[in-house]
This record gives sequence, structure tokens and C-alpha cells, in this order.
Amino acid sequence: MNDKTHQHTAAPAVILTVAVASFVLAALCATLWAVAAVIFGIREAAPPMLLLVFAMSATVAAAIGVVTKARHESTAPFGMHAILAAGVAAITIAYGALLGVVGAYGLWAAAGIPVTALLAMYLISRLSKGVYLYSGQQVSSIILCFAHMMGVFLFAIAASLPFYFMIVASVRPRALLLQNPTNLTIPVKEGFANLFNGYVEVITRFKFARYILNSTVVSLLTVVITLIPAILGAYAVTRLRFRGRKFLSNAILLIYMFPAIVLAIPLYSIFTQIGVRNSLFGLLIVYPAMTIPVALYMLRSYFQTLPRDIEEAGLIDGCTRGGVILRITLPLSMPALASVALYVFMIAWNEFLFAFMFLDNPEIFTLSRGVVSLNTQEVPRQFLMAGSVIITVPIIVLFFYFEKFLVGGLASGGVKG
Amino acid sequence: MCARASRALPSSSVKVSVKRARTIRQQEKRLAIAMLTPAIGIVMAIVILPVLTNFWISVKPIALGDLRPPAPLARRHIRDATADATADATQGDAIVRYILRNSSATKELRDILIEDTLPPGYRPLIPLPDNFTLDGTVLTARYDRWAPGHTNTVEIPFTIATAARDTTQWEEQPLRVSADADNILSNFQFTLNNFRTVIQSADFISLLLTTIVYTCGGASGAILLGLCAALIVNKDFFARGMLRALLLFPYVAPIIAVAFTWQFLLDPLSGLINSLLLAFNITDGPIPFLSQRPTAMMSVILFDAWRYSPFAYLFILARLQAIPKELYESAMMDGAGIMRTFRSITLPHLSGIIGTIFLLRFIWTFNRFDDIFLLTGGAAGTKTLPIAVYDSAFGRNDIGGAAATAVLLFVFLSIFLIIYLKVYKREKIEV
Repeated sequence: MNDKTHQHTAAPAVILTVAVASFVLAALCATLWAVAAVIFGIREAAPPMLLLVFAMSATVAAAIGVVTKARHESTAPFGMHAILAAGVAAITIAYGALLGVVGAYGLWAAAGIPVTALLAMYLISRLSKGVYLYSGQQVSSIILCFAHMMGVFLFAIAASLPFYFMIVASVRPRALLLQNPTNLTIPVKEGFANLFNGYVEVITRFKFARYILNSTVVSLLTVVITLIPAILGAYAVTRLRFRGRKFLSNAILLIYMFPAIVLAIPLYSIFTQIGVRNSLFGLLIVYPAMTIPVALYMLRSYFQTLPRDIEEAGLIDGCTRGGVILRITLPLSMPALASVALYVFMIAWNEFLFAFMFLDNPEIFTLSRGVVSLNTQEVPRQFLMAGSVIITVPIIVLFFYFEKFLVGGLASGGVKG
Repeated sequence: MCARASRALPSSSVKVSVKRARTIRQQEKRLAIAMLTPAIGIVMAIVILPVLTNFWISVKPIALGDLRPPAPLARRHIRDATADATADATQGDAIVRYILRNSSATKELRDILIEDTLPPGYRPLIPLPDNFTLDGTVLTARYDRWAPGHTNTVEIPFTIATAARDTTQWEEQPLRVSADADNILSNFQFTLNNFRTVIQSADFISLLLTTIVYTCGGASGAILLGLCAALIVNKDFFARGMLRALLLFPYVAPIIAVAFTWQFLLDPLSGLINSLLLAFNITDGPIPFLSQRPTAMMSVILFDAWRYSPFAYLFILARLQAIPKELYESAMMDGAGIMRTFRSITLPHLSGIIGTIFLLRFIWTFNRFDDIFLLTGGAAGTKTLPIAVYDSAFGRNDIGGAAATAVLLFVFLSIFLIIYLKVYKREKIEV
């Protein structure tokens, strides 16, 4: 079997050998695991059922191993694809179990198969002295490849599961969820229109239409109110010479060392006495103060990369500074402006603390405050999840659409915390 | 060069050009100030000023009720005396009772003035009681000083000249009041009581420890997860672009939505996590993650790590992609294994950025309020200093205590920062 490591063509005989070997290997691991499961009492096993599940997964693993091996014709050691395939099969079985398709045995199979497969390969390579199946490097490349794939899968699940759950929980009524909490399918059986019951309720009865309007208005206005001082300030810090300029450009972000809660209490009392507390106007004063430093910082970094020559040419031609900014600098920095605008919009839309503390009047609630008002005993959790989806979807959509800009913005100045 | 120039050019034009240079510099400076004023002005007003106010409030003896200065309160109650069987001539046609009191139980009022415009035909019987005078149709009461909690009731008999005895319009008309009072915020009374109360309270040490544990756990967790995510995305694979976008969701989504979803996920009755644990036979019964002592803190730290790992992931990925590939190739040729290359090549390149990220996340997690408040409200051992500030201010109406806690929060953060910066002397923050 040692000439398998240097295959370059996928002759039918080779494919067959790989298929059989993969199947045998996978079935061996599965059986070992089944035995261990029974011995350690993980499940009062119904052995036929268990073995059936494992055999299924082994077959799937072998099939995928064969297909990938034939397609890639690579110099990868044999069995690596089988291992990878076993991993994929295991994970698929695990989710089948979650969806109620396979029994819970499947979950243990999912955990056990890849582990024992890896162990088996390692032991074999160690034990076959002089007739190496795998060199140390190949073993480590197998492990690396497997860990990488597992990592991709796990992180994708970890990042997206709560969001998928949010959507599912907003369309599954409480009764169904209590019945089988692990069933994460979307219940289309009761009719497609019924799915959106929660959303209709939330938008009409709980006035979310109004909240959406409020949030949009506040966020857009915050963007405008933030950008103007930020552009002026960034321009001043990069293009004009004055004492204290270095200190200012380095110290801008120190503002974020102060916790919002420390600002909140004095602002609460002062705004109450002035009378702007329970109003969107109060929010519009606070939000720009929170976003101007980071906007200034991001724009400053970008302005520093713009060449001065064009601006100086404009100045020589008789433009005022304001004219230079409007006609030369701003058009050149559209991507940065878009990035900053998006970032500020996101901060204002997601903001919770001040909206929660300042707003008492339901007419002027923003979405953040509105969703909190759904978190009571009388309101079914389904509606709360529907509200959560409503507040999340616009940001995710904006994010997908403008992904380049946001990622650039977050990476170069993502210091809102 | 300047000396040669002054010999070559007539002195007047040198002076002119020097003056012009100075004016340009001044012009720029003035323009810079004008351009920076909106930004700095807003930030000063909304951020710096409240922080200073916080420091100010923390050393004053104050409660939430004190934020509104005391005011005189006056109510009027009209009783028809002619229907009263025991009435005599001295009681007039109606008796008006004025109920006057100080709105504050702790502060005095001075120079109190209360005015009531009488409707036509209504006249109080003279002699008027003390402090009351009649000016045309305006009945005025003047007092020099009302003690804290002062209240007094004055009954004045009235005669009614008109036939109609309709008092509804009069009843609806409010009394005009004015007075002088001390505003606790503006006098010069100081006290360290607030700090004493906070530091000596039984759970202050546990508050501090909880905050430190939460901060270190959350920051380390975020960096760990971010590091793994960056390592995974660094290699090319088939759905890489989609995964890159997906990994940023936890950071971009609104805190409200994510916090409530996690609350639901960890719910003992209908939550996914608990039913998965039961299905795997790991536990016998559901675990109330967010209401039990050790698990609440672990859940909160895990949530923090999950939500802010994309931040670490972005920076680490940028740094990873800047490591030259030749280093890895030569390591592979030298026969180094995965762990060895990771330890000797990858980690040293990343140590700078990881230190910076840890610093930033430490600051922000130390100050974090929203997450814990939404997940557990500070229950089951997850009460950190920011939560304590909120509880003092709005739960117990103890503004002074809240301000003191906030000051202590800032002080501790500064101490940790200084220690950190001294121990790990890194270059300036390279964000």
C-alpha cells in the first residue's frame, strides 16, 4: 500500500482500492466507537440501530472520499480524504439528529467518528515500523487539514446559529418550540402566510412601524450631524499647522476611555432640567458626541493619504479653504466618507443605553427601546424575536451590500468597542 | 541665507515677507480653531463636561430628589359657608383654605411669594391673616423662610358680592409661586461620605473582583476566538468569502437583538443549548444558565468573547496576511511541524497586535454596561462596577453613591492601564 502516496493518475483500480480502503477504515472506526459507547453506557444502545447509523455514515464517508480523491488526483496520502469525508458525514449526521431525522445516537456518532478515525490513522502510522504509511509531516498535514475544516464548520455555525435561531424563533409559535426545542425547521406546514403573524402583530399592534421611522430618522441625522464637524476637524488636523496638532490627533480616541454609564447620569439630570431628555432631540445631541471622535480619526487617516498637490493647486488658483474641501477633498474621499457614514449609522442604529434611559414616551421610541418594551411576561417570545429580526435585518443588509467599505472602516478605525 | 537675503534685498520688503509669513501662520491657526470648534465643542459639552460633573457630584451630599431645587407648593380649597348650619356672620359666604408647603424635606426655602388673582366680587374678610396682603384683586402671601418639610394651612373667610356663586373658574386657575432656594449642586458643601459608603459596603471587593474576572475573561476569550478565526480564514477554501462576511455578524448586529436571542438560547425550558445537552445525555436536567452562580458569569464571559471576537479577528487577520510566505516555506523545508511553525513564526509576529487588542478590549470590557444588563441584569454574581453605578442611581436613587462608584471605576481602570503599559512596554497603538 506504500505506493499510494505518489499517485498522479486516477486509474479505475486505484479508485476502487481507495473506495474499499476508505469504507473499511470508516466502518472499523465506527464499530470501535459503537463498542465504546455501549461499554461506557453513553446510551442504552440498541446495537442494530447504532450500527446502522454508523454504517450509514461510513458509507457516506467512503463515497465522498472516493469522489474527492478522483477529482483532485493529488499527492495527498490516501485516507486523508476519507477522514475528511468522515468528518463531513459526521457533522451531517449530527444535524440530521438535530432536525429530528436521525435519532440522538447520531449525535454521539458525530462526535466519535472523526476522533477515532484520527486515532486509528495515527496508531497505524506509528506501529508500521519501516513500512511507513505516513510520514510525520503527512500526519500533521492530515490533522491540519481536518482541524481546518472542522474550524470552518464550527465557526460558521457559531457565528450564524444565533441569527438563524432568531429567525426560526420568530416564526415558530411557542407551543411548537416547547414541544421540541431542537427542531430548527421553519414550520411551513401551517401555511406560508401564518409565518409572518409575529411580524404583523409587532408592526401594527406594538407600533414598530413608528419605531422604524424614528430609528431611521435619528440614525440618518446622526450621520449628517457627525460628518460635518468630523470632516472639518480632520481637514484641520491634517492640512493646517497649529500648535497642539500632534497632541490632538493622538488624543482623540482617549475619549472612549470613559464608560457611557459615567456620562449617562449627569446627562440624565442636566437634560431633565433643561427639558430635552424625553425627546429625540436629546438623543441627537448625545449620539454625535459619541461618534465624532472615531469619525474624525477615520477621516484623518484617510486624508493623510490624499496628495496635497491637487489641493494646493486649488488654493493657488484662488479657491478658499472651504471651496477646496468641497470641490477637491470630498470628491476624492468618497469611499472613506461612505465607510464612515455606514459606521456611524450602525452605531446610532444599534445604540441602546441612552435610548433606554432617556426615552419615556412610546411615540418617540427608537427600535432599541422598542424591542426592550417587548421583553415582558405578557408578550410572547415569538414577538420579541420578530422585533429583534426587524432591528437586525437592515444592518445586515446594509452590511452585505457595502461590505467592502465597512470592513475597511472597521479595520482602519474600528475602535468604537 | 537669511542674512545674505537681508543684504541683497531692501530691508522693507524683507520685513513685509516676514510679516506675511507670520500672518499666514496665524491665519491657518485661526482657521484651524474655527474648523475644530464644532467637533471639540460638542465632545467637550457632552463628554468632558458630564465626566467633570460626575467628579463634582461624587463629593457632594446629594440624593436623586435633590436634583430638582425645592419649590413652594400651594393648593386652594373652596368651601361654601352659607350652607353650613353653624355658620355665623364672621364666616362670610365662603371659606377658602390655602394649603402651603415646601416641596423638599431636606432644604429650606427663602423669600416665598404666593399670589392668587381673585375673581370679581370675591373679597376676603379683613383682618387678613399674617403674611397676607390684598392688592386690588390680587391676594399675596409673603414668607421669609420655610424650613425643610414646612407645611401650613390658612383659612380665609370670603364674602361674595355677585349673585352667581360659581367657583369653578377660580378653582381651575393656578396659584403663582416663587421662592429662593439653595441648589445643592452649586453650593460649596463637600463630603467624602459617598466614597466611604461605597468602599465600605459589604460587596465592594466582590464587585471589583467580578469586574476584573469579566474583563480578563472576555478580552482573552475574544482574542482566542479571533485568533482561531483569523488562522482559519487565512487559508484558502471554497466558501472563504462568505465565511469572512459571516464572521462579522456578531459584532455588527444590534446588542438588543443578540442579547435577547442568547437569553432565549440559554433558557432552561425552551432553549436550544439545554435541549442539546439533554440529548447528548451530558446533564440530567436543564441548567438555568443565566440565573445560577458560576454559570451566569461563564455565560456572560462567553457572550462577550463571542460578540467581540470579530474585532480581534479583523486586526489579527490583517497582520497574519502581512507575514511573508517565505518564512513558512523555509520552515516546512527544514522539517518543522505545525506547532513549531506556529510558535516560532506566527506568534512572534502577532504578539504586538495581540497586546494592543488586549489593551483596547480591556478598556472597553471594563466599562461595558449593555451586555450584562441585558443578559442578567447583574444577578447571580455578574454585577460589575458599571452595573453598580446604574443600580445606585436608578435603583436606589443614590446619585452621590453612583457618582462615587463611577469615579472609582475610572480610577481603577487608570491604575490597571498604567500597570499594563509599564509591564508591556510596547510601541504606540498601531491601530
